[in-house]
Amino acid sequence: MSELETAPVPRRNMELLLLLLALAVAMGAYYLVGINSDDGLSEEFISQGLILVGLALVFHVVLRIWAKYADPVILPVTVALNGIGLAMIHRIDLAKSDDTAFRQIMWTGVAMVVAMIVLWTIRDHRVLRRFTYIALAASVLLLLLPLIKGLGVEINGARIWVRFFGLSFQPGELAKITLAIFFAGYLSSNRELILLAGRKVGPLQLPRSRDLGPMVVAWLVSIGVLVVQRDLGSSILFFGLFMVMIYVATARVSWIVIGTLMLVGGGTFAYLTMSHVTRRIDGWLNAFDPDIYHAIGGSRQIVEGLFGLANGGLMGTGLGNGSPYMVPLANSDMIVASLGEELGLIGISAIVLLYLILVSRGMRAALGSRDTFGKLLATGFSFTLALQCFVVIGGVTRLIPLTGLTTPFMAAGGSSLLSNWIIVALLLLISHNSRRPMLSGVSATAEVATKAPRRSPGLLESIKEHKR
Amino acid sequence: MNQAIRNTWIAVMLLFVLSLGALSYVQFFAAKDLNANPLNNRQLFKEFDLPRGAILVDGKPIAESVATDGQFKYQRVYTDPELYSHLTGFYSLANGSTQLESVMNDELTGQSQDQFFDRLVNLFSGKENEGASVELTIDGKLQKFVYGLIPEGTRGTIIVSEPKTGNILAMASKPSYDTNLLAVHSSKQAAANMKKLSDTKDLSPYRNPAIYNLIAPGSTFKIFDMVAALESGQYTADTVLKNPSSVILPGTKTPLKNFYGGNCAAIPEASFAEIVAQSCNTPFVQMSEKLGKAPYEDVTERFGFGQQVKIPLRVEPSVFPPDLNPAQLGQSVIGEFNVRATAMQMNMAAMGIANDGVIMEPNLIKQVIAPDLRVLSENKPKEFSTATSKDIADQVTDLMRGPVKRGTAVRAQVPGLDIAAKTGTSVVPCTTDPCGPPLVNSWITGFAPADDPQVAVTIVFEKIDFKTGSSLTSPNLKKILEAVFNQ
Repeated sequence: MSELETAPVPRRNMELLLLLLALAVAMGAYYLVGINSDDGLSEEFISQGLILVGLALVFHVVLRIWAKYADPVILPVTVALNGIGLAMIHRIDLAKSDDTAFRQIMWTGVAMVVAMIVLWTIRDHRVLRRFTYIALAASVLLLLLPLIKGLGVEINGARIWVRFFGLSFQPGELAKITLAIFFAGYLSSNRELILLAGRKVGPLQLPRSRDLGPMVVAWLVSIGVLVVQRDLGSSILFFGLFMVMIYVATARVSWIVIGTLMLVGGGTFAYLTMSHVTRRIDGWLNAFDPDIYHAIGGSRQIVEGLFGLANGGLMGTGLGNGSPYMVPLANSDMIVASLGEELGLIGISAIVLLYLILVSRGMRAALGSRDTFGKLLATGFSFTLALQCFVVIGGVTRLIPLTGLTTPFMAAGGSSLLSNWIIVALLLLISHNSRRPMLSGVSATAEVATKAPRRSPGLLESIKEHKR
Repeated sequence: MNQAIRNTWIAVMLLFVLSLGALSYVQFFAAKDLNANPLNNRQLFKEFDLPRGAILVDGKPIAESVATDGQFKYQRVYTDPELYSHLTGFYSLANGSTQLESVMNDELTGQSQDQFFDRLVNLFSGKENEGASVELTIDGKLQKFVYGLIPEGTRGTIIVSEPKTGNILAMASKPSYDTNLLAVHSSKQAAANMKKLSDTKDLSPYRNPAIYNLIAPGSTFKIFDMVAALESGQYTADTVLKNPSSVILPGTKTPLKNFYGGNCAAIPEASFAEIVAQSCNTPFVQMSEKLGKAPYEDVTERFGFGQQVKIPLRVEPSVFPPDLNPAQLGQSVIGEFNVRATAMQMNMAAMGIANDGVIMEPNLIKQVIAPDLRVLSENKPKEFSTATSKDIADQVTDLMRGPVKRGTAVRAQVPGLDIAAKTGTSVVPCTTDPCGPPLVNSWITGFAPADDPQVAVTIVFEKIDFKTGSSLTSPNLKKILEAVFNQ
């Protein structure tokens, strides 16, 4: 696996170059919104633009100091996505005389600062492994928070918000980080056991029933989120995250088969018994039925989104020239429709490719990572980003039923920004650790983790301790 | 393990390819169908971002689209909105559009057949489609004058038209309203304004009273009686008719009397001309017994009853009820019972008599002008129907001189002007308990000069007391004719 090792070159100058390009794209988008609404160089353009530029450059400097060898593409891509999202939110603001963009830039600031603090305090992602069970406890706590009376609030039928000091927050967004840490920690410690045991049925090696435990827990968490919090999107996200991580840990297709069966079972159950899921599915299948279109909680949102996308067509209306504000939640859940309308198929495809690059770089970090925990964590994080994109775009285009997931870095909403920036910080750390020059004598055993089943766990642990 | 990560990446690629495929499908392959979906009202929103043509009176805009900074690029602005509200209607996002803004929408947005070539050129030059302007036949000064003649607080309509062309020179009604209130972009503000206007007594922002309100025409209906009687060959202007103070409606015990306090009480019998001049009722009832219902049905249909008239605003068809028994016919021939006519219909009656029996299609549109000032279409006078022969029309004209010379419309006299007109009063049935003061609908419809008619004028006041009503009809006809002929 030595071919996965990159020569230890920092490549921070390349990052700076890409970052300037990304900022130019973001500021350009912001500027276009301005001139197309006869606003030109408004005060917001200057202040919010400068904040974004400043934050991005500081982040770059932080990487130079504490994560010199981190992947040079991740930060610029993220900044570009965040900036284009801001421009679109600002554009919707102008149409609705709202001020969401200001909150979004503030949250971007908070999220980036927290991400920098994560970089500075953690330095080495393997530290997180020590918190495996604390992460589990934190996940459960975060998921239960919205259910506490007086703290949790219900918005749009989903009970996934908490409100304190007038700020509302979605703790579930952070739970995807803590759950990923837990899964990565648990699986990296127990994968040998899970791998070795179990009966073979035909081509499938079935896991032992006791090893199914964590899977059942993950499944129950997902169903619990769906039933109690009525949040279909997060439910799918958590389950997908776990499935991918257990697959990567064991390389066994049987897990995917079992997981898919459980998903289908759970999904059917939910469709048959839960009104909000039934409504979602009906609104998906019969979106253009006028009765369903006009019904409360009907298909108006998705149909308006489709009209917006169609209005944009191949070339788009141009920023500020469409009417994306006609779509409910145009700057959050449906921001993909807004972007598709004004930037056209070409523009939205470019954005999708940016996500693909980001996810690919995250997976590249996973490939290069020298420890199982890092591999699992990076894969899990990358996959959540990809899955979120797919669930959102697939939902908006009526490929799959629409769920309330956010578009990473673009959709208006502080919790999502915060958690995704933390994910980016951790991906940067993992890539930094996989690309930095190795300590002498360790390189020979660096990729040992992939062949772990043949070695005793004790040895594996000792190697890791040595590396640290 | 790395192989599993690579497989995961392939799965991720697949997800992204699916996403891109779905976006391509929606934005490229299905876009046309989605844009044409009936649920899609983005086209309407697009309209609000395009320069809409103006509505012009005497070459000056009374409705125009002005560039604005708000949510949309253009704001519809109405000049003298109360004067023209029932003609222009309003153009709004929240409440739709009405009247000319609605029926002329294709022209105003540049989507009419006449603008096809311009659209084609714009398609290639990349210019946005501009709407054409619509110039009205309305005479701005006259419109303002007649609007001023309707006192605030009354429900009145005045129409002035050209019998020879059908062009409408003035059409005003009260109560009126400010169309700008409904053109606001904020749907909240528009809803509040709409509620306020709808709560205004006797006002519906969706209805033009001149072409929508169906009113019992009273004695103005006798114009049709005269045509029917003269056409039958059994009557001439000189035929002497009995004029009892009341007749028992055929087959009933209900008496029908001449109108209270009129001059009819004093004359037990008189010539047809005199009966018309004084508007006595009983001879007409007796006449209807003799003629039967068929001629009345025939005449009213020829004059436009029951037909869809477009000026191009849709005129509510007037009603002459079918299958009348003799008693009902007796009431109907004096414009009561269930006979209902719009002010426009009674103006058409005057136009038909004035124009030798030929009714020209009433019309508000003079021409449609492209943004580069080319005339796209010009309205040529069209015949609506031949209501009667020239001979009969001339005789009716002569009969209609009577009321102005010596009868019910003497207050309309203008020295030196030969005027033909017929007044009418229909009783408003009491609907409240206890009944308030008795209310009537007060009419006059006529034309001048009688020998070479230039204008046909119809005035009606709804639900008004008799004295006020009659003081607002004949005297206002006089004022209007004075204004028209500068006397």
